[in-house]
Amino acid sequence: MFCKCAARASRALRPAHPRCGALQLSALSATVSASRTSWSRLTLKRESSNVNSACDSKVPQIPSWKPIDENQLPPATRVSPDLVDKLERLALVDFGSKEGVDCLEKAIRFADQLHVINTDGVDPMDSVLEDRDLYLRADTVTEGECAEELLQLAKNTVEEYFVAPPGNIPLPKREERSAMLKH
Amino acid sequence: MAASSSGYYKMLFSLRKYTNKSQSLYLIDTNFVIRTIWTSGSKYQLKPKVQTKSLPQMVGVVGLEIHAQIQSTSKLFSGSHVGFLAPPNSLVSHFDASLPGTLPVLNRRCVEAAVLTGLAFNCTINRKSLFDRKHYFYADMPAGYQITQQRLPIAVDGTLVYSLFEGRRKNQVVTKSVKIKQIQLEQDSGKSLHDNEQSQTLIDLNRAGVGLMELVMEPEMCCGEEAAAAVRELQLILQALGTCQGNMAEGQLRVDANVSVHRPGEPMGVRTEVKNINSVRHMAKAIDYEIQRQMEVLQSGGTVLNETRAFDSKSGNTIPMRDKEGLQDYRFMPEPNLPPLFVYESEASVPAGVDSAQVVVIDRLSAQLPELPSVRRTRLVETYGVLREHSFMLVNEDGLMDYFESVVQMTKVEPRKVIGWVMNELMGNLNLQNRKVSQSPISPCALAELINLVESGHISSSTAKQVFQEMWKAPEKTVGQIVKEQDLWMINDKEELRKICQKIVDRHTEEVQIIRGGNKKVLNKLMGEVQRETKGRTDPVQVKDILEEMIS
Repeated sequence: MFCKCAARASRALRPAHPRCGALQLSALSATVSASRTSWSRLTLKRESSNVNSACDSKVPQIPSWKPIDENQLPPATRVSPDLVDKLERLALVDFGSKEGVDCLEKAIRFADQLHVINTDGVDPMDSVLEDRDLYLRADTVTEGECAEELLQLAKNTVEEYFVAPPGNIPLPKREERSAMLKH
Repeated sequence: MAASSSGYYKMLFSLRKYTNKSQSLYLIDTNFVIRTIWTSGSKYQLKPKVQTKSLPQMVGVVGLEIHAQIQSTSKLFSGSHVGFLAPPNSLVSHFDASLPGTLPVLNRRCVEAAVLTGLAFNCTINRKSLFDRKHYFYADMPAGYQITQQRLPIAVDGTLVYSLFEGRRKNQVVTKSVKIKQIQLEQDSGKSLHDNEQSQTLIDLNRAGVGLMELVMEPEMCCGEEAAAAVRELQLILQALGTCQGNMAEGQLRVDANVSVHRPGEPMGVRTEVKNINSVRHMAKAIDYEIQRQMEVLQSGGTVLNETRAFDSKSGNTIPMRDKEGLQDYRFMPEPNLPPLFVYESEASVPAGVDSAQVVVIDRLSAQLPELPSVRRTRLVETYGVLREHSFMLVNEDGLMDYFESVVQMTKVEPRKVIGWVMNELMGNLNLQNRKVSQSPISPCALAELINLVESGHISSSTAKQVFQEMWKAPEKTVGQIVKEQDLWMINDKEELRKICQKIVDRHTEEVQIIRGGNKKVLNKLMGEVQRETKGRTDPVQVKDILEEMIS
């Protein structure tokens, strides 16, 4: 399960790279404050030809990413069986096979490439709206009283309550768990 | 409580608690009112029961995390109503139920409440603060995360000043303070009702999304008594500000205590977190129990585990709650749906083009700060000359200060005399019946009238106490009516007094002889007899004069 997710994530990441291509980034670096000029360092990595060819589309016409050399990356992370067990317990999924662990390690390795990007002096951007004013609403009641409508969406209800499985009870031990998961 | 609004409670829940989330559902002890916190000492005095001779004695270290529900009409990020007892899931908007596509819209009142609270504790108000997502999976948090302020909270670096009563008679006031690390805005969760028989959890989202202020204190306190005094003061300040109603039994104020022990000078010990505390008194008990338990564990060569423990109010013990499985990873991330929150210093610093009525301005809120409890106490001491410990009682009891001041204004007697009436008669009766000051059958005006009658010599002070009890039973009658009906007016007629005194002297020939023999103390016995005869309707000074005259 985790394996699939990781694979999906890596597929999704690749086209994401060219999408934040030169056009957008150079536009951004022009508008943001001087402290953010190092964004332009990112843009330098892109092929400048994209700027011209992407006039109509914001998606670059040809892939703009380059493979990163292994020796530029930090040492590869090894996932211990204990960590796998903990992750399985937290996520309630079973991926403790050899393939599962390989897949997880590959996913981490893929993300390691982000270390190569120089972000010195760049404040992390939480949101593209971060320079906008946060709208504050007045303290008045405008919603609610729609229990019936909401409860219709739930699979199980008792009177006006939603019904959920029993709360955060400590998970049973590994051997008991596999039996439980089958139910 | 939530269950009682539906028929389901009949199915007899066996409620069990896993986290503090469902705290206010049960163990509700609404009758308990903290009145004696200033006078009662800690029952768990940390005696050096287990002490090694060569090493310095271990001490407790206590830090508090307090969740205060913001008193607002609507929730933090949605326009649904905030209410305590309402049919389940009736106060829920699409956003509160985490339906896809819904977005948070911040409530200005909640921001103002947090800023006001920050100002009251002398915090630095961050002009820019950020919202984060804290992830955890629990059915009463349907989004799978809570919006909070982890990286950059709205207020930081404040101080809570509180007072403790020390000494044998608990009348020495010691002022202490504890640092407030930060105040952050965050969402409350819904409530869970655990039905163990059917192995299911019922979810009520009425509380989900209500605005909370989380106040994080530095671990600077040493015992339950200190923590109790600090929380009581915090409660009073929040109530004075109107930013939180502060009722612990209703879950408006929830306290988690981080407790550890160490020897002074050594690094901090491993701490435990005590939850499930629903009154100030229980908190003090839980903390002291936990300190004692940890000391015993260490002294017997064991190690303290970093765990969450619940307070069991029946046994007065703390018990382990659940395995935390190491440090929980909340996967904090910036909340992408909320740009940074800006508050402005003054009207002048509001940027052009922004409607200043729509934003939060610190100067405007500073001007709104009410008189805080500590200032009130000082004013009471300075204006009325009352004792400092009395000033605490007056301020700590909701409405008592106003009552006292009204009485003082309507009488000409010294405020110190009014204090006795308010503390002993009024509070004594209120406490007996577990009533609030606002529920007193005797109005300040009626009490003032009574005090004035004593002062003008129309009734004696012992009669007045009797009248007070009558007034309590029959609030519809005036003071004058009661005094007249029961014939309690003071006997001021010299002749009548002489007659009564003569009767007593005649009846007690033996005592008279003794007094004449020089033992003047026995005169007091005769005076007592006169008081009994007249049911306290005489002035002792007058009676004494008459008796002395008759005997000599």
